[in-house]
Amino acid sequence: MIDNLILLLENPVAFVDLAINGVLIGAIFVLVAYGMALVWGVMNIINICQGEFVILGGFVAFYFSKWGINPMLGVAAAFVLLLIVGWILYRLVIFRIVDRDLFTSILATFGISILLSQTMNEIFSADVEIARHGLGTWSLFDGRITLEQIKLAAFALAMVIGLALVIYMKNSRAGQAIRATAQNARAARIMGIDTNAVYARTYALNAAICGAAGALVAMIFTIQAYGGLAFTVRGFLVVIVAGLGNLPGVIIAGLSLGAAEQVASFVFGLEYQLAFVFGMLVLIVIYRQIRLGFRRQYLR
Amino acid sequence: MRLAHNLFAGAAIAAAAAMAVSVPAQAKVEGDTIILGAAVSKTGKYATNGKHTINGYNLAVELINAKGGVKVGGKSYKLKIVYYDDESTPARGAQLAERLISQDGVKYLLGPYSSGLTKAIAPVTEKHKIPMVEANGASRSLFTQGYKYLFAVLSTSEQYLASAITLLAERAQAMGKKPGDMKIALAFENDPFSQDVRAGVLEDAKKYGMKIVIDDKLPPELNDMTATLRKVKVVKPDLLVVSGHSKGAALAIRQLAAAKVNVPMLAMTHCDSAQVIKKYNKAAEYTLCASQWAPSLTYKDAVFGSASDFAATFEKKFGYAPPYQSAESAAAVLVFADAFQRAGAFDVAKVRDALSATDMQTFYGNVKFDPTGKNIAKPMVLFQVQDGQYKVVAPTKWASSKIRHPTPPWSRRK
Amino acid sequence: MSQTARIQKPRFNAQTWIILAGIAIIGSVAPFVEPTLVGQMTVFWIMVLLSYTWDTMGGQMGYNSFGNVVFFGIGMYVTAAIQVGLYTDLGTYTAAKGGIKLTLTLGQYFTGLAIGLVAAGLAGFLAALLIGSGILGLRGHYFAIGSLALGIFVAELASGWELIGAGSGLVPPLYPGVESARSLWLYFGCFALAGITFLVLQWVYSRRFGLALNAIRDDEDKAEAMGLHTTRYKTIAWAISGIFLGVCGGLAGNFFQFIDPRDTAFSGATYGVWMVLMVVLGGKGTFWGPLIGALLFHVFKELFWSYLLGLQYIALGLLVVVIVVFFPEGIVGWFRERFPHWFGERVDPPPEATAADPVREPAE
Repeated sequence: MIDNLILLLENPVAFVDLAINGVLIGAIFVLVAYGMALVWGVMNIINICQGEFVILGGFVAFYFSKWGINPMLGVAAAFVLLLIVGWILYRLVIFRIVDRDLFTSILATFGISILLSQTMNEIFSADVEIARHGLGTWSLFDGRITLEQIKLAAFALAMVIGLALVIYMKNSRAGQAIRATAQNARAARIMGIDTNAVYARTYALNAAICGAAGALVAMIFTIQAYGGLAFTVRGFLVVIVAGLGNLPGVIIAGLSLGAAEQVASFVFGLEYQLAFVFGMLVLIVIYRQIRLGFRRQYLR
Repeated sequence: MRLAHNLFAGAAIAAAAAMAVSVPAQAKVEGDTIILGAAVSKTGKYATNGKHTINGYNLAVELINAKGGVKVGGKSYKLKIVYYDDESTPARGAQLAERLISQDGVKYLLGPYSSGLTKAIAPVTEKHKIPMVEANGASRSLFTQGYKYLFAVLSTSEQYLASAITLLAERAQAMGKKPGDMKIALAFENDPFSQDVRAGVLEDAKKYGMKIVIDDKLPPELNDMTATLRKVKVVKPDLLVVSGHSKGAALAIRQLAAAKVNVPMLAMTHCDSAQVIKKYNKAAEYTLCASQWAPSLTYKDAVFGSASDFAATFEKKFGYAPPYQSAESAAAVLVFADAFQRAGAFDVAKVRDALSATDMQTFYGNVKFDPTGKNIAKPMVLFQVQDGQYKVVAPTKWASSKIRHPTPPWSRRK
Repeated sequence: MSQTARIQKPRFNAQTWIILAGIAIIGSVAPFVEPTLVGQMTVFWIMVLLSYTWDTMGGQMGYNSFGNVVFFGIGMYVTAAIQVGLYTDLGTYTAAKGGIKLTLTLGQYFTGLAIGLVAAGLAGFLAALLIGSGILGLRGHYFAIGSLALGIFVAELASGWELIGAGSGLVPPLYPGVESARSLWLYFGCFALAGITFLVLQWVYSRRFGLALNAIRDDEDKAEAMGLHTTRYKTIAWAISGIFLGVCGGLAGNFFQFIDPRDTAFSGATYGVWMVLMVVLGGKGTFWGPLIGALLFHVFKELFWSYLLGLQYIALGLLVVVIVVFFPEGIVGWFRERFPHWFGERVDPPPEATAADPVREPAE
């Protein structure tokens, strides 16, 4: 561990390389976390099956690449497909748990996540798959910093999706209805907003964002039917750090998580990558408690 | 009125208990069929290799049955396998082995996929004194516990990459360097199999005085090994060794190529089951892959014919070239069939003794067990991906091509 | 939220004792009637233990913990490590390249096991005290989240620790005696522990302490305002379930015979969630609920595994969704809502909501 730290200090360029790559990867976490925060904030549901949406989106890109279509188009296709999947899930299950407590939503969506990952295993088999994108890599400083074009593209795309969402939320009628419902569902109903439709739209939108992120994952990493959990937990951590309804917070937290994780796994070793993420989560939750404890308040 | 409540509770318990009991029981030999049992991963992280294992078992059973079955005491028997899904979790594997033995009455077990699962099941078979022939548990920790009912047709983990280290030493000398100057980077999954491969590599490296410069463990939920590869980029080792089942192999090649990390030599396990050539074409070139078996080996048997015949039969049936996991699994069934014939009876103790006296050749290699139950009669081979094909480059006895080394940097690769 | 007025009679009346005696007799005879199912039945009692200990927090106190599996895993590791460590060097035994073989006499085996189980209970207790004082100040969902993260964090730490075998796992010493004897004493060990746990917990609930737990569940702020030191009560309650979980883990580790850090010991996605589901299925905070939930869940799970090979987890996922969505009060709760007089309860017609769910969160 000390050796790794020294190694990193001796090679500041490697540190920069690592941090840049981490930030680029972090864009994926931002997308997943944003969807999660949306559903959590609007519907009071912690959606444990985020990761499965991601993987499902990844399979869309995989099939595009397999059929010889540019998997970049798969991002759009995954968005649309998952929009439908999310909407169906809402109509079948989620609408029954909107009014229940968070605990119920954790358990129910955990059930859905088992269901989805196992069904994907049945349909696509558990093989590790990738989508080939044909983009290259830029080398800077004699190859000491490498920028994968696909990661840059993913980053840009993630930012575009994020921006589009902000505009959608701020300016469109549908987005305004979503925000109104998040603030006060009862008042929104009185004002004539069909909150049920708003919930359906929110949930479908979340699934679609995850799907688009997944298509990017298939082009950068690998996808596998059971690989969803990694994305759920990271999205979760980002939301906890940033809080609900705070898009700039989600972006900053997501990107820094990406970078921090890379540096931490460089120093502690890759086997502690997940331990690092969860250790952070525990610490942040406790820190919040202590801070609020001084004010004799508590978290709900 | 509480009576009703309590009665209700009692009734629910009784009903459920009755349901639990009504599980079908099967005997070890039904009519003219010998029942083998296996708990293999159909779901979970080992599902890919579990599929290869099941395909291997099924193909062997199919062919043996088609060729007249197993002759025991002058009568011909067919083979049948009862499967359960262990979900890639050891606790479940052990429970299912228990279930196969005590509930379903199965007397002969085939192994699961992976060392971890085998490690979980071996104590169960041992305590019930049920012989298990396994084909996918290579960790040496399986063979130091004095298990008497465990037989492994495959070579143990430490041999997987031993020839890669030897190769590195040879190449160092050929280039006029001392083997002791070589630097090795390790990235091994944190599971019984890979960790034992690592222990083997460490021993071999120590023999030559090579230096370990990176020693990372890969988590099972691995989806990004950027951090390790950046380390590789900085310390520039002469050899990078990766072992992380199919996922580790697939991810390592993808990210090495994407980040343009140059290593003169890259050795790994499981590249064939990850189908790296199909996935990556050119990017997979030069990769060294440890394998239990190769279709080009010159072994043969009566059921499958030669090693290449097996490969052809398998590909025709399942539509993909057999990774060694399938070959060794098929061989396990052959070993069982052979033991039944020599035992001439279904007495478990006799079958166990016949198994331990096994000395045969299969398409997969020679099989002969030492007292601890591991196969000592077959070598490991090392492939290299050359022009989109797996070519055996070590050990010398089986080599069909010369190794291409060092791997040129990415800037000069097409 | 308006709580239905509910008067509970003492839970241990003559009928209860008769039922319990019946269960005790069935439980004692069962392994001899169906010797092939002993393993399954052992798992069943482990499940019962898990669900009743979870119910202390989740049902009686209204704190939904996803971290209870931590104490289960700690018990497993502590017991196995002591069983091995008493007679040989643990690090050599767990070496990845294949450790030394350990042969024990019966006397040594049981000495190790006994010391190990006691230590496991103690370790579970201390761990719960320590962790509890750290995160039990968290309320409601933040506690659920914190405990969830904690479970996974501990699993990752254990799989990095080479002394206890890291990712290669740990095999408890093999039983030196006859196998049929082993499965029997393991069965009766788990059965007896389940019985003791049940009685001790019910006794605890019947004291003032139990009332304090219910008060925390119903309204923690009011409980605190009444002068209850809630964090202390919560921590002690967790520590009590920690004792039993630790011992249970010790027995379970010896039953499974192989301890994998992620998939056996600290398996949040299986035992960690199953214990929650069993209680939810049976009925949170009810007398028989955890037992019925454990039984039904176990039976369903085994049936899926027997008849739906490869699809069992799809079925399980569906079951989870159905349980949570349609039986939020559990089976016992469902009956109690419809037939409260069965439960010796008098229900005053509530002014609004008809739900008699004692654990429902206040509306946001």
